[in-house]
Amino acid sequence: MDLTTTYLGLTLRNPLVASAGPLSQTLDGIRALADGGVGAVVMFSLFSEQLRREAARDIDLLETHAFSFAEALDYFPEPAADERRLAHEYLTLVQRAAREVDVPVIASLNAADVGSWVTFGRELTDAGAAALELNISFVPGDVTTPGSRVIERHLDIVAAVKAAVAVPVAVKMSPYFSSVGSVALRIVQAGADGLVLFNRFLQPDVDIETLEADSTWALSTPDEGRLPRTWIAALRNQTTVSLAATTGVADGSDVVKNLLVGADVVMSTSALLRRGPAYAATMLDELVAYLERKEFASLEAMRGLLAVPAEADGDAWQRSSYVAAMQRAKATYGSL
Amino acid sequence: MKSIIDGNEAAASVAYRLNELCSIYPITPSSTMAELADEWTSQQRANVYGTVPTVVEMQSEGGAAGALHGALQGGALSTTFTASQGLLLMIPNMYKIAGELTSTVLHVAARSLAAQGLSIFGDHQDVMAVRQTGFALLASASVQECHDLAAVAQMATLRSRVPFVHFFDGFRTSHELNTMTMLSDDELRALVPEDAVRDHRRRALSPEHPYIRGTAQNPDTYFQSRETVNPFYAATPGIVAAAMDVFAEVTGRRYRLVEYVGDPQAERVVVVMGSGAQTVAQTVEHLRAGGERVGVVQLRLYRPFPVDEVLAAIPETCTRLAVLDRTKEPGAGGEPLFLDVVCALGEAVGTGRRARMPLVVGGRYGLSSKEFTPGMVAGIYAELDQPTPRPRFTVGITDDVSGLSLPYPADLDVEHPETTRAIFFGLGADGTVGANKNTIKILGAREGTYAQGYFVYDSKKSGSRTVSHLRFGPTPIAAPYLVSKAGFVGCHHWSILERVDVLRDARPGAVLLLNSPLPPDAVFSRLPLPMQQRIIDLDVEVWTIDADAVARSAGMGRRVNTVLQTCFFAISRVMPRDAAIEAVKKAIGKTYALKGPDVVARNEAAVDTALANLHRVAVPAAPVGEVAMLAPVPETAPQFVREVTATMLTGEGDTLPVSALPVDGTYPSGTTKYEKRNISDVIAVWDADACIQCGSCAFVCPHAVLRAKYYPESALDGAPASFQTAPLNAAGLPEAQYTLQVYAEDCTGCGLCVEACPVRPLGSGAGRKAINLEPVAERSAQRANVAFFETIPVNRRSRVDFANVRGVQYLEPLFEFSGACSGCGETPYLKLLTQLFGGRATVANATGCSSIYGGNLPTTPWARNKYGRGPAWSNSLFEDNAEFGLGLRLAADLHTQLARRRLDDLRGELGDEYVDEILDAPQRYESELSRQRARVDDLKARLDGMAGQQVADLRSVADHLLRRSVWIVGGDGWAYDIGSSGLDHVLASGRNVNILVLDTEVYSNTGGQASKATPLGAVAKFASGGKLTKKKDLAMQAIAYGSVYVARVAMGADKQQTLKAFREAESYDGPSLILAYSHCIAHGIDMRKGLDQQYAAVASGHWPLIRYNPVLRDMDQNPFLLDSPRPRIPLKAYHDKELRFRMLRSTDPEAAERLLVHGQEQVALRWAEYERMAERSASEFDADARK
Repeated sequence: MDLTTTYLGLTLRNPLVASAGPLSQTLDGIRALADGGVGAVVMFSLFSEQLRREAARDIDLLETHAFSFAEALDYFPEPAADERRLAHEYLTLVQRAAREVDVPVIASLNAADVGSWVTFGRELTDAGAAALELNISFVPGDVTTPGSRVIERHLDIVAAVKAAVAVPVAVKMSPYFSSVGSVALRIVQAGADGLVLFNRFLQPDVDIETLEADSTWALSTPDEGRLPRTWIAALRNQTTVSLAATTGVADGSDVVKNLLVGADVVMSTSALLRRGPAYAATMLDELVAYLERKEFASLEAMRGLLAVPAEADGDAWQRSSYVAAMQRAKATYGSL
Repeated sequence: MKSIIDGNEAAASVAYRLNELCSIYPITPSSTMAELADEWTSQQRANVYGTVPTVVEMQSEGGAAGALHGALQGGALSTTFTASQGLLLMIPNMYKIAGELTSTVLHVAARSLAAQGLSIFGDHQDVMAVRQTGFALLASASVQECHDLAAVAQMATLRSRVPFVHFFDGFRTSHELNTMTMLSDDELRALVPEDAVRDHRRRALSPEHPYIRGTAQNPDTYFQSRETVNPFYAATPGIVAAAMDVFAEVTGRRYRLVEYVGDPQAERVVVVMGSGAQTVAQTVEHLRAGGERVGVVQLRLYRPFPVDEVLAAIPETCTRLAVLDRTKEPGAGGEPLFLDVVCALGEAVGTGRRARMPLVVGGRYGLSSKEFTPGMVAGIYAELDQPTPRPRFTVGITDDVSGLSLPYPADLDVEHPETTRAIFFGLGADGTVGANKNTIKILGAREGTYAQGYFVYDSKKSGSRTVSHLRFGPTPIAAPYLVSKAGFVGCHHWSILERVDVLRDARPGAVLLLNSPLPPDAVFSRLPLPMQQRIIDLDVEVWTIDADAVARSAGMGRRVNTVLQTCFFAISRVMPRDAAIEAVKKAIGKTYALKGPDVVARNEAAVDTALANLHRVAVPAAPVGEVAMLAPVPETAPQFVREVTATMLTGEGDTLPVSALPVDGTYPSGTTKYEKRNISDVIAVWDADACIQCGSCAFVCPHAVLRAKYYPESALDGAPASFQTAPLNAAGLPEAQYTLQVYAEDCTGCGLCVEACPVRPLGSGAGRKAINLEPVAERSAQRANVAFFETIPVNRRSRVDFANVRGVQYLEPLFEFSGACSGCGETPYLKLLTQLFGGRATVANATGCSSIYGGNLPTTPWARNKYGRGPAWSNSLFEDNAEFGLGLRLAADLHTQLARRRLDDLRGELGDEYVDEILDAPQRYESELSRQRARVDDLKARLDGMAGQQVADLRSVADHLLRRSVWIVGGDGWAYDIGSSGLDHVLASGRNVNILVLDTEVYSNTGGQASKATPLGAVAKFASGGKLTKKKDLAMQAIAYGSVYVARVAMGADKQQTLKAFREAESYDGPSLILAYSHCIAHGIDMRKGLDQQYAAVASGHWPLIRYNPVLRDMDQNPFLLDSPRPRIPLKAYHDKELRFRMLRSTDPEAAERLLVHGQEQVALRWAEYERMAERSASEFDADARK
């Protein structure tokens, strides 16, 4: 069955995309993902603030001992100018990956200020990224920052990056807006070519024995896929830009579910980390088996079947789903 | 193109562009040339022929010269860069290269030779030692000349076939920044004859037209063959002169083989070579303006000696001639240039070519970068005016032994009145030198402005003092001597002015900038009184800023450079203030742009806040307060330390007369303890209540500032109230007290003790230990505590358990307060060595970091105990340390045998039982050694009351009846590279020596060049693309002998294993090799985490801990012991914390990834091999055939 999919204007061989995660930190990892069968690879995020912190630390290490002693005015060779680029390591990986794998490589960026978004965005596309995914995680230290400021910041970043680069740009957004749909559509208006739903933020836990914060990152569980699916279903027929579902994709059935609600592509890290990059083929086999079992003529025939229709009253739709859910819950667990 | 670069870069720039191969070995002060070549190669810069030159780092200068010789015979245009001992090691090949008439140019930053002591500084001793090799010698006197004559030398060598040494003064020229004009590639191409290049290539060895070169010759023809080259040498001066003519046509800059400056009718003339020629010429102009008929002959070509040009340059009117040599040949009739000039003149007069013979005198000047100033030049001309000038003299020192030194007017000033002169006093880590280099570039970049910078560093690696000498002006600056009469003085740390007269070289009306934590109105009264008086006398304008506070608030940490540079521009009036600030910011942007806006922003913030915090200090009419200069050493110090060492410490060592110094380089031990440097704002502070007295902190302290003693409570009588004590935490001594004393004035605040401390006191908050770093500004209480602590007796060695770390803390370190880097990874091992064996140890120390922090004057850390005993230390060379140490062993063995024979001879007088007890005494354990020491002391006392030849003989060697511990110490550059063959030979000798390799895996002392100890994937100089071969497994090489005790240790991973290895190695009767992992600033780590990195090195399998003990093999046990557990963290986790590995990841991630994979595989393979060895039976290892 032909699984060819269009995402951000790129033609993918299938709708399963490896999302930003540890597997894409090395060329071998990216190769394994591509060999495993995914339609595209989103690279792990480039965190500009972290890069700068590291650069500042390295400058300190170099300068602290320079010009202190007559026999040794410094201790390291001076790299060539292009090798001194802040993101040289990441950019080289993008370059090599783009050259060596036959699926689109999408770079993921998390920057600190608009200037950095633009600069790094341009460098990443110069390095050969087929598209950019903006990982806009805005964690204000100031808890009084109004929501409107957070939204404006998203829109500014999208507009600035779009103006600076020629490749498509997707935004991986947060689910924690008071009106996710409205923000999503404004991001689209600002120029985004696609939305990735959603970003999962680090939520520290507490270790009650050591009395310390526990910042361990847990892989997502299938249940977490319900939230993005809800919003993809709601947005699918409100916009023509690409929609990517991410979080909670553990097997082929999760892929199917997300396609049914209208996702153009379905992203997974957890399943591929747990079971290895080759598991992508299994997930795709499950997708094909499903399509055949249900006798769908093509992928397109099933995509978006369960999306909220454009003409429907979205509130009523959601409300009715909610009521139905409550009824099912009562049936299962008794009166709540 | 106008540039501001130093002499090394000027020479290297031409050498690189005109050659295809640079085979090098790092040596100060030439290393920069090779490093630049390597950098340019790694950046794929092509030479003028379109080839990217190959740069190859060899294992020694001997190796570099061998590779050079081979490459030349192979037809490649090849060069090398070297100095001093390095040039000496090239001599055998230089004879060959010259004998075969092979075109090449060696670029030499001329430097002193090690004689009574090593010196890294500049003079002509090295180049004068190769004047007989057949190489031509061409001398440059300035940065511009370094550049231009490098090209002239290349032109001439290709035409003449005579190889050249192109040299310039080490440091003075090699490290001086000056404005110069760069040759373009097109100009170089126009200069160097391509047909000559092809001729050179044609002479290469080739099987297509084979011949043999390098035959062995017999008495019948060797002599004649040696004479065949004469025409080539005869033609060379003409070829060099012709090359200079072509050079002038192409560039407009004219040089002559021999330059004359002065009165055409001069009566008094000086002949000189090198940078000193500039000083003499400048002074000649000054003297001529006063009507004196003087002149100077500057020699550029020294070999072949251009007799005609020299004779032509010396005016016929000259009646008095002084020839200056920057070298010393003890016992010679005169120094070489003097003899050459006398010979030329004598012959000319004898043959009638010249009418009269002037009176010629010879003088030495400027050894080891000794200043050579216009005043000294004036002194020489004045001497020539005397009725009978001294036939031989020295200038620049006070020679009260031979009476050779000339008097001179020290304050003669001949500089251009519009030249601005500035001096800056800084500390190494504060960025002062970097900022000043930046300032020079900012000012020198302006149209019509010339700039010069020269930087002086002291000999300590931590808390080192730097002095920057800057000049700017509208005319080219040819003043190769330190700044005097400065119009601006910056003192970037208050602690400096407490010890050093920072206004010594200030002119009246100078501007003084102080970095002071005090409020502006409190500054003046807190200055030392002599300084106050000087400010008043010279009418100095004083400004102050708390640069540390400003830097901290801008997020710059201790880097006060940007703040103080801004202040300099604001108050020095060298250029309009706003334009200057703009330029500073532009420079910041340029330097840090690639590192992101944060770094730029914090530097710019420092600039902006600096001006708001800069204040003028009101100067009263008379001094106020009662602050005195700090005494450099206490009054209780020995006379030599008070009179000689102290003078060096205050920066006045130049004033010491010859008679003050030892005749043979022998200096007293243990002088660091008199120099209380107080270099750190934070120091270790002991928490007596929380401490478990484990001794870990004292064990790892690199500076020996943590001392432990236990003592009866009664010893506390009279203790200062602040003296800390706790009940001793040990069985069997219930009444005893314990103190861990921090030597506060010596502590460098490195924090290794905190890292090593295993205690986290309950409820004390995150990160606190039983020893912590805290800011302690006022240290008088600690001083009193230390003084009291020293009144408590050191614990008796016989009462201490040497076998564990806890016990070792009570042993007195005899290596203390060295000037090594704060947190040094090497010195804890040396300290341990002295604690365990110091009282009977002789140490041979290879040149390198350990010989510098161990033996660089003014003060040295190898100390003695209260009985006057301690390690006897010596440094021979870099390359011969193992052999040198073996010599010490052989001498000790001979004297032990002699002592035993003589003791046997004296049975009659001493009694059989007495003699046998000494001769048969076991001397393996400390208790046995201490009994033997008592016996030997008793014997010496008895001998003192006896007479006779045999008695006198025995008395002279009786100390050898106590087993002597011979240690051979050095770094990996020595052990793995330059000293490798010697080390191997000594290991194979079977003799009882103990070899300690302080392995930093890189040449640390000369600035981080790769050695064969550098691990795979690490970035170092000459391995900028990451080291591509794996680290040599020196342990396995040594183990292969079967008769060598071998240990690989890392005290940060296992202190107990380290201790065990040291003790086993020392007690083993045969060669022992300890490879000690030493974290280092050249790894690019946070030095406070040095021990953690040692742990990671072991845990990742990079540095498995092993011991190979042949004694076990003799006992039928497996001698190979694998002391560390299986690798339990990935290699990457160890690499992640070190810039040397991270750097490759950011510059060439692909290579980094590949090398890491290889590295991880190597770890696994080696571990598997070690495990197999650890599981073998004894019979599967070679038995020691000596047994």
